[in-house]
Amino acid sequence: MNFSPHADFIIASYAVTVFVIAALVAWVVIDYSAQRRILGDLEDRGVTRRSQRAVKDER
Amino acid sequence: MPIIDLANPTRFLGFVRRVLPWLAAATVLLFAFGLARVMGAPDDYQQGATVKIMYIHVPTAWLSMMGWGMMSVAALGTLVWRHPLADVAGKAAAPIGAAFTFICLITGSLWGRPTWGTYWVWDARLTSMLVLFLLYLGVLALYWTAEDPGRGSRAAAILALVGAINIPIIKFSVEYWNTLHQPASLFRKGGSAIDPSILIPLMVMAGGFTLLFFTLHFAAMRNEILRRRVRSMRMIQAQELHA
Repeated sequence: MNFSPHADFIIASYAVTVFVIAALVAWVVIDYSAQRRILGDLEDRGVTRRSQRAVKDER
Repeated sequence: MPIIDLANPTRFLGFVRRVLPWLAAATVLLFAFGLARVMGAPDDYQQGATVKIMYIHVPTAWLSMMGWGMMSVAALGTLVWRHPLADVAGKAAAPIGAAFTFICLITGSLWGRPTWGTYWVWDARLTSMLVLFLLYLGVLALYWTAEDPGRGSRAAAILALVGAINIPIIKFSVEYWNTLHQPASLFRKGGSAIDPSILIPLMVMAGGFTLLFFTLHFAAMRNEILRRRVRSMRMIQAQELHA
């Protein structure tokens, strides 16, 4: 595949796109695991949401 | 399941858990197919190989405007019906829309240098696109810096509605003002001006970017719902400690 004489511009465009998309994917994956970990810590300490308490009270 | 049921955050989380793997897989497959078509697509008779930049520049431009459109609809849900999931949807769309607008601006600049002889010119299309990027940053700043999340959400929703004025300005900027940017060549009277050998890979890549947008948006909405649960549980914990 021959991109000349503008290969630098084409490769730079695709490189920027891949970098930004990779950053977005990393953001959602890292954020998800962080929120899950914090929720798990809170539940381990016995903290429950009001809706969960209502379900427990009904039982 | 009726679609209205998804307005419940817990049901929405279940929906995302089921749909997200399929959506991510479809995104990867469509991008693989699209990139194969791009590699096999011919060069433009005037622009040469730089037309390859179009396959990312054009879809990200469309989706940056679609992202703002989604935020505007979500803003109505936040301000009129005060629905929490509408606010979640608006907040989750903002960083993704900003990233797509950033890609559009950078790739447009890198395409402009060999095609027009300049990276940037302050004409209507490029400037209105830069304004869209700055509006996205403004919405993010309101969401991320407000001490009271509710006030931040309402302010961001108002900015999303006001900023919607910029979308038709972007769309029609190439028709109403003199600009280096080419006029619409796809959605125009008389049909597309692009040859199918270039148009088909463009539409496949647009499909891939659209699926990517929704995959990231659903994942970011799920994260935001969990973040709000963390916040409410911490408040309950603080109240119990002070009781």
